[in-house]
This record gives sequence, structure tokens and C-alpha cells, in this order.
Amino acid sequence: MSEAPAAPRTASADPAPEYDLNLLLTPPQPRSGWRLLPARVIAMCAVELQKLRHDRTELYTRAVQPALWLLIFGQTFTRIKAIPTGGIAYIDYLAPGIIAQSAMFIAIFYGIQIIWERDAGILNKLLVTPTPRSALITGKAFAAGVKSLIQAVVVVVIAAILGVALTWNPLKLIGVGAIVILGSAFFSCLSMTIAGIVLSRDRLMGFGQAITMPLFFGSNALYPVAIMPGWLQAVSKANPLSYEVDALRGLLLGTPSHVGTDFAVLLVAAALGIAAASSLLGRLAR
Amino acid sequence: MTQDTAAERSAAVSCTRLAYSFGETTAVDGLDLSVGEGEVFGLLGPNGAGKTTAIRCITTLLPVPAGMVHVFGHDTAKEQMSVRRMLGYVPQQLSADSGLTGRENVALFARVFDVPRRERAARVAQALRAVDLTDAADRLANTYSGGMVRRLELAQALVSAPRLLILDEPTIGLDPIARTSVWEHINAVREATGMTVLVTTHYMDEADQYCDRVGLMHRGRIRALGTPVQLREGLGERRRADGAPATDPLPTLEDVFRDIAGSGLEDQSGGFRDVRSTRRTANRVG
Repeated sequence: MSEAPAAPRTASADPAPEYDLNLLLTPPQPRSGWRLLPARVIAMCAVELQKLRHDRTELYTRAVQPALWLLIFGQTFTRIKAIPTGGIAYIDYLAPGIIAQSAMFIAIFYGIQIIWERDAGILNKLLVTPTPRSALITGKAFAAGVKSLIQAVVVVVIAAILGVALTWNPLKLIGVGAIVILGSAFFSCLSMTIAGIVLSRDRLMGFGQAITMPLFFGSNALYPVAIMPGWLQAVSKANPLSYEVDALRGLLLGTPSHVGTDFAVLLVAAALGIAAASSLLGRLAR
Repeated sequence: MTQDTAAERSAAVSCTRLAYSFGETTAVDGLDLSVGEGEVFGLLGPNGAGKTTAIRCITTLLPVPAGMVHVFGHDTAKEQMSVRRMLGYVPQQLSADSGLTGRENVALFARVFDVPRRERAARVAQALRAVDLTDAADRLANTYSGGMVRRLELAQALVSAPRLLILDEPTIGLDPIARTSVWEHINAVREATGMTVLVTTHYMDEADQYCDRVGLMHRGRIRALGTPVQLREGLGERRRADGAPATDPLPTLEDVFRDIAGSGLEDQSGGFRDVRSTRRTANRVG
């Protein structure tokens, strides 16, 4: 394609501006069908990365908590040897759990961002663009995934420094990335769904606090499902975080796991989350 | 009936008995409105008159039944995506993302309107140039003054070459110099592109100076419609017929508004929520 068409710049001859606005005279060609969704996802992820590039504070402050979990909890419990880990050091066992946890903590507060964007008018403006609500939510979900992925890289580095024997197989690491993104997509949609129900930042903060700990402790992040009481095992079975941790453990440490099932469960959970959050987005716009 | 449809087709915006309620509160109550292609139309009225709700119905943000609102002949209830592709929207709040640079803010809207990659940078640069932000383009938006943010939002709206630009209180909270500057940019862009502009404001002096035609809105309906001069002369004539001396100065638009709304305007002008949101915007403009 050549440059933009020679524009009828002098259509209104009199006060012709001294600069060229020719591109602003023709609307862009709409993307059709299936190409729209990936384009919106890329747009939302690009924004997230640009923001992180301008302000990395969050990246550093969010690294403190997982570092403490590994450093204090991990090292102490490695000595106690109280938790059956299937023959590996407890800190090794713990590391994938903490990666999943720190990614979840980022995603679970993503709903606050969407409420902030609603209050600031940014969300309304995006909703007036040719972006279906499901595409907007999918874009946001994957943007949360990208942010979590960067956080996961930080935690992996911390774990490696603490001597955790993680895999460096690039294919497995790509798998880890995919699992983290899918898990975060689900948790951010859970958060945006609650945002669509409670509609205010304060209430969402309360909900976020109330559900993160049960999700974390009701999963296999800290201890194997087998040592849980029966009722907690049932909770753990329904908890997507358990599947995320199981897959991460299998990929990073090579422990027995069900990576295929985990991947499928997370994929379905993310899809359901996107559907739920999209259907409630209209309430936020009102 | 056929006449109606013909009018809907030729008009940039046409609302037919548009009504919208939030629970018990009726915000828009049978609004009839037709904005001609290429004109600058001002929707005027005090806080709480229903201007913003009407705008949100036109922009597809609020769901309305089919047949009530058409944008360039497209029904907002049935053809949301086609309508959105023709719209540039600047909401009342300062809605630029403060964590991104000016250029990134505009590029996001180029992306979500499907501007192809090879054209994106040039188009974004032209939009920024059109609002005089070329020099500040790579600074974070949180370093911008209120007037600059408004111009940035204008660039965000212009980058997709909209046929209809909708501005909700574009000069609220700005100092007089910034107000003039925002209007000058709106006018320059309109002259260069020929787009239709629909603007709400409660500054009667601005409407008088910059709008081709105005509709005075009160309690959810248009109470007077015409060019600012028509409305002012009309009131002048009525006053002379009532015995006012011919030497009286021509009434202002504000006089026209008082005449229409009658007494009790102060009690009616907006609830707590409106005033609070206006204040919040004013605070952010600083």
C-alpha cells in the first residue's frame, strides 16, 4: 500500500491549517470477525506493559511478600520437615505455590483497577469504541496475565537465588508462562465479576481480602491435598489455584502432576470468568 | 412516518421521544432532538437537566429501546458497533490515563479503532499536532495541566476520524484561557474535517459564542431550540410586547434560560451526586 490518499486538504479553502491533517479525514478500515479479539488483547497488554515501564514501583513492592514467604516460611519449614513433600526439600515444594500465589494476588485486585477506570471515565471511553464487552474483558484479563507473568519471573529468580532446583527447559518454562497467564486471567475475571456486582472500590477491597486467604489456604500451595481434612479437600478440588499450583510443580520440579487436566481446567475457568465479567460490565458503565 | 425516517437518515443525531430513568428518577423524559450534519450543536442546561444521560444514550453506553436514537441513520440499539465507529467521545471526567504518555494515550485509541500498524504512528502524530501537544507528547499525562488533558482527550477522539464528536462538559473546571484554547482547537479541527460536534455545557457564554444551534434542556426535555441569536431575539421581542422599553439590551442566553426554566431553578439544579461529580472533575483539573 502506498501512503494515505492525497487528501482534499483545501476542501474548506479559507483557514487551511498550516499543518497536515490528511490522515484524520478517513476513518480506519474496521477489522473483521476473528481478527478483532487478538487486536484488542494486544492493545490492552501493550498498555499494561507501557505502564509498568513508566513505573516499576509495584513490581518491586510486590516482590517483597513472596520473598518473605520463601525466605522465612520456606526455610523454617524445610528444617521442621513436618509436611510430606514426596522427597523434595520443602522450599522447593513451596516455590511453585508462591509463584501462583503472587500472581493471584495481582490478578485478584484487578477489579479495583477497572472500578478506578470507571470513576476516571476511561472505561466509558473504551466502551464507546468498536470493542465488544467480551473483547474488552478478555483484553483486560490477558493484561493482568502479562503483569502476573512479569511478577512470576521475579519470584522464579528469587527462588533460584535461594537455591531451589527449578527446571531451565525452555519448553517447560513456556508452559509455566501459559499456566500463569491463564490462572491470572481467571482470577482477574473473578475480581472484575465481583466489581460488576459490588460496584464500589471499598466493598471490592473487602471482598478481595475475604477471598484471597481462603483461596490460598484452601489450595495445595503450602501443603499436599492428601493431608487436608475431607471438607478442605473438596474445597481444594473446586479451587482453580490448586490446578495452577499442580501444573507449576509438575513443570518446574518434575513432580508427578496432571498438567493436561490442569491446563484444561484453567482454560475453562478463564472462559467462564470472561463470560461472567463481560455480562456484568454493563452495570459498571451505568 | 416516512418523513420521520427521512429526517433520521439525513441527521447526524436524531432522538425521538428518548426517555431514560434510573430507578425512580427520570433523567431524560421524552427528548426530541435532531442535530444536522456538520453543525456544532450545544445541549445546555443546569446540573441534573439530563444532558449527560442523553449523551450516554446516544453513545450506546446506556441501553435504549430500538427506534429512539439514530446516529447518521444507524439505530443505537441495533447497530452499536457501526455507531461507535463513527463516534469520538470525550466524557465529563478527565479521562486520559495518567500512567501513560500523551502519545501512548492516543495510540491506544488508534489501536482499538483498528488503525493499521503502518499508519498508526503518523496518525497519532497528526492527532497530537492538531491539538498542539507535539512537544509534550512523550511526557506522562499526569504532568499535564487540565487544559492539556482536555486537548489530549480531543486527540484521542480525533485519531479515528469520527464523523460525530461528542463532548460532555469539555471546559468544566478550566480557567478562561484554557477554555478558549480548548474551543479554538475544537473549531480548528471541525473546519479542517467537517465533522459534526455535539457538546453539552452549562456555560451559556460559551454556547453563545461557539455553537451554531443550541437546545436548552430542563427536567429531561428540550424547552427551547434555535440559534443563540434567534433565542435571544425571541425573548427580546416577547419582553417588548410585554412593555419593556425598546432600548433594553438584547437578553443573554442565560436570560432565555431563566425565562424558560422559571423560578425554582436553584432547587432543581442537580442533586448531591451531580454536584459532587462536578466538584471531583474540577478538583482533578486543579
